[in-house]
Amino acid sequence: MELAAKIVAHYNQWITIFLMVAGLYVVVARGNMIKKLIGLSLFQTSVYLLYLSPGKVLGGTPPIVDPAFEVYSNPLPHVLILTAIVVGVATLALGLGLVVRINEVYGTIEEDEIIGKGEGE
Amino acid sequence: MEAAINMGLLTLMAIVTLGIIRLRNLFAVVILAGIYSFLMASVMIVLDAVDVAMTEASVGAGISTVLMLGVLYLTKVEEAQPTHTPILPLIVAVIVGAALVYGTLDTPPFGQADTVMNTYVGADYLKRSVPETGIPNVVTSVLASYRGFDTLGETTVVFAAGIGVLLLLARAKKPKRRKQGEEGDDAS
Repeated sequence: MELAAKIVAHYNQWITIFLMVAGLYVVVARGNMIKKLIGLSLFQTSVYLLYLSPGKVLGGTPPIVDPAFEVYSNPLPHVLILTAIVVGVATLALGLGLVVRINEVYGTIEEDEIIGKGEGE
Repeated sequence: MEAAINMGLLTLMAIVTLGIIRLRNLFAVVILAGIYSFLMASVMIVLDAVDVAMTEASVGAGISTVLMLGVLYLTKVEEAQPTHTPILPLIVAVIVGAALVYGTLDTPPFGQADTVMNTYVGADYLKRSVPETGIPNVVTSVLASYRGFDTLGETTVVFAAGIGVLLLLARAKKPKRRKQGEEGDDAS
């Protein structure tokens, strides 16, 4: 019973950690550049959950002030993450631009093949 | 009820993530990443972050997926088979995960109103937003008024990234001719 309560209390954080670690694993273990960037965005989106989860108040409503409601969730993490999403897409676009450029020069987006070609020249 | 929906959606996200890790067809991976973003937007609605959910659905699931599909069109769709076993990254990931899970055990449980995070700054913004700015949506007033400099910095980052992409892709056009020459050199 205590374990079940603990799981409910920390489920958001544990899934956040799973997504974060999954992103880390994809970035390190996979040689394909596009897969690496997807891993990076997995890592980024897990941080959104890390911020938003503790700001939630059970029984609360979105932080739009109205006389009909009294309990609101915390608006501050929402603002921070709103910024983070846009910055995340900007970095993703830059990374994808680099991938296109690498593909034009080396003809491949696999890390191992690129390193092999670099040594060959 | 809220907590149950939240847990269900998060479990789906974990399953989709496993798919992203395992699949080698990048087209399928990109579509799964889009599904992941939509699930993330749903979780955000359950977590009362409606503004963030709207941004995630349009920017995360929309623009990111379109960008990645465009890059897939310009590159390759199949991922190569790995040449070495991913044992070391797996060990690193498991150790990092275990350390982080250990760290969460002391944090306050999900959905509490009386945590440190939810009592000072956030509550203060909720109280002051309407009298000071007249905006009922507190996220808007904090974003545009109290933390306007954050948004200015964000705009700067987006501007810099846009210039970066433009420079990269504009450069890419000129060396195309030279690249053909290089290929000729390789052949000779």
